[in-house]
Amino acid sequence: MGLSRILHLMRKEVLELKQDPRLFSVVIIAPIMQLAVLGYAATTDVKDVPIAIVDADRSTPSRDLVHRFETSANFKIVGMPGSTDEIDRYLDRGEAWMAISIPANFGQAVTANRSATLQVVADGTDSNSTGVAMGYAQTLIAGYTQDLAAAAMPGQPVVALVRPEIRVWFNPRLESRDFMIPGIIALLLLVVTTNLSAMAIVREKEVGTLEQLSVTPLARWELITGKLLPYAAIGIIDVVLVLVVAIYWFEVPMRGSIALLFGMCVIYLMSTLGLGLFVSTISRTQQQAMMTSIFFFLMPMIYLSGFIFPIENMPAWIQPFTYLIPLRYFLVIVRGIFLKGVGLEILWPQALALFAWGATVLALATLRSSKRLG
Amino acid sequence: MGQILAVGAKEMRQILRDRRTLLILLFIPAFFLLLYGYALSFDIRNVRLAVQDRDRSTHSRELVSAFVNSGYFALVGYEDSDAALERLVDQGQVRAILSIPANFERDLRLKRPVTVQVVIDGDNANTASTVTGYARTLIAEYGAVEMQALLATPGSKLPAPVVLVEPRIWYNPQLRSALFLVPGLIAYISMITAVVSTALSVVREKERGTMEQVRMAPVGPVAYILGKTLPYLAISFTSAVLIVFAAMALFDMPMRGSWPLLLFSIGLFLVGAQAQGLLISTIADTQQVAFQIALLSSMLPTMILSGFIFPISSMPTVIQGITYIVPARYFLVALRAIVLKGADITAFWQDLVALAIFATVAMGLASLRLRREWA
Repeated sequence: MGLSRILHLMRKEVLELKQDPRLFSVVIIAPIMQLAVLGYAATTDVKDVPIAIVDADRSTPSRDLVHRFETSANFKIVGMPGSTDEIDRYLDRGEAWMAISIPANFGQAVTANRSATLQVVADGTDSNSTGVAMGYAQTLIAGYTQDLAAAAMPGQPVVALVRPEIRVWFNPRLESRDFMIPGIIALLLLVVTTNLSAMAIVREKEVGTLEQLSVTPLARWELITGKLLPYAAIGIIDVVLVLVVAIYWFEVPMRGSIALLFGMCVIYLMSTLGLGLFVSTISRTQQQAMMTSIFFFLMPMIYLSGFIFPIENMPAWIQPFTYLIPLRYFLVIVRGIFLKGVGLEILWPQALALFAWGATVLALATLRSSKRLG
Repeated sequence: MGQILAVGAKEMRQILRDRRTLLILLFIPAFFLLLYGYALSFDIRNVRLAVQDRDRSTHSRELVSAFVNSGYFALVGYEDSDAALERLVDQGQVRAILSIPANFERDLRLKRPVTVQVVIDGDNANTASTVTGYARTLIAEYGAVEMQALLATPGSKLPAPVVLVEPRIWYNPQLRSALFLVPGLIAYISMITAVVSTALSVVREKERGTMEQVRMAPVGPVAYILGKTLPYLAISFTSAVLIVFAAMALFDMPMRGSWPLLLFSIGLFLVGAQAQGLLISTIADTQQVAFQIALLSSMLPTMILSGFIFPISSMPTVIQGITYIVPARYFLVALRAIVLKGADITAFWQDLVALAIFATVAMGLASLRLRREWA
């Protein structure tokens, strides 16, 4: 019956997959390696800011200030050029992000209780990191000023009148890794599984075996199911592996239910694999399938899903399009379960949208494949 | 030379027959730049803010309007109960809470220090650290204004030295994130286009069985490889130049350096990227595998390990070592130096050398693989 036909087709798919043992290693090992490397690399924490300091003063106060930069974990002094002219070279080559020049009369001014001005030149190319690095420098210099004031007026407390107390919820250490890794998981699953299934049907077309399949009593939905399930199995292995790496290797806090997360991953796989199959049905050659899936689906999804760039920042006319992206919903779900520990009571709209997306794209793929077969 | 041209002409005919692929390769990159250039931004505006005002005084309202007028925060509403606020954050309706204690105004008048609490949703660590900075600055500024008002009373002047900072920002004085991201997007889109354009070229012939025919033909592996690459190089180069023009027209990307250098760097980078695609194509036995390797080796690494988004100097040392095999890393240094900094070749010649080495090694390995297969 239907079931046995699907089983036969699945067996054929598995045999084909086995023909190329490299596929397994690529599909199973590569995602873990990628997660391991990218997990460390994808950090927006700014530290070890390379800085060049010109100390034209060489007095005790100036050396004290340099020493503060030296011991700060936020900065790394990459050079102490003799004159301000050399700053250009450091910034042009990108060796230093920031250069501080201490004027010749600095020590004198400070000991005489006069005000002194430090010049800070920053490379604004990386606007975000520069903003953060500037903040570090301002804070460090403000701390230095406060200490000078405290030394000048012993006994009198030097406090700002209104004190901010800032608390960050869900990710109190502001560890960007905890935020990025769930995102990388979603991305890796998308890239690996969509590509796998994008080739599934078009390969038969290109090699000419689709004709043979079409004369078998195989129904369209059976064709789609039989193609889908072996890839789904690979996808589930990937899910388990990346979750293990995330939780046990990177120790991303897991505040919600693992079972729920796993279930959501399976629903997500439905949409990524379905998307691949859909692409496969609308392409004539494997090259076309590859181009279509990368350029029309994967890239827009990666950039517009909120993985790195917050959706709220996007212009209003782009925001509605992001609702078409399943990755958008899945990102809210993974991050919600990992970092906030919330469950379906809060995430149900996203889960529903994800499910609807998967069901629709699978239905579309089935319909499209019928045209080709009929 | 004749051999190269013959292979090139054959490949070109094949490309022309597949219109969809050709159009994608030529025009989609520029279109993407347009879309992403507008969509992507690190500049954070209108963070949804809820206010818990326990004081309801003139001063507390002043502080709230300082937040709203800054443009960084958008007021969603006032809310008194902690539980309701928590729920708002959980549902993501609010990303920050400003909580002003009772007696805020009274304490300020009495010159007592007061503490204002700000809660920030940290689930996006990236945004959260920026928002933290905004909040800290706004409160500090408000405090400074109040302090000045207090100090303005009878001739008080701090009898202590003050160290002022005179910040100057080069290359991108308004700190527009577009100027940082657009060169990165150019590198990213060109990389993907170049790698995927060649990744299937050889393996397709293997899978279809036409490779045997090519082997019989009087064409050497090197001529074959070059013939396969050149048509795609022409296409990718055209599309890369289109993106650069689009970036200048739409996003005010400056051009402070020399054009010949820029075109040369783009060419060098594309040759390397296509050589990577070819190498993948000679290693893989099926198009499916080639596709997987091509994507896994270019899509995420180029985005995450190249310095496009995440600064390399902040990465752990081992990972910094890995970034040396990502060609986009070198290209980005050269591109930003030429376009934004107007630097001359002395600032980035090492990066061009690295790109040349990458291209030569990848090309050499691809020819070797092919020669072994043909032997």
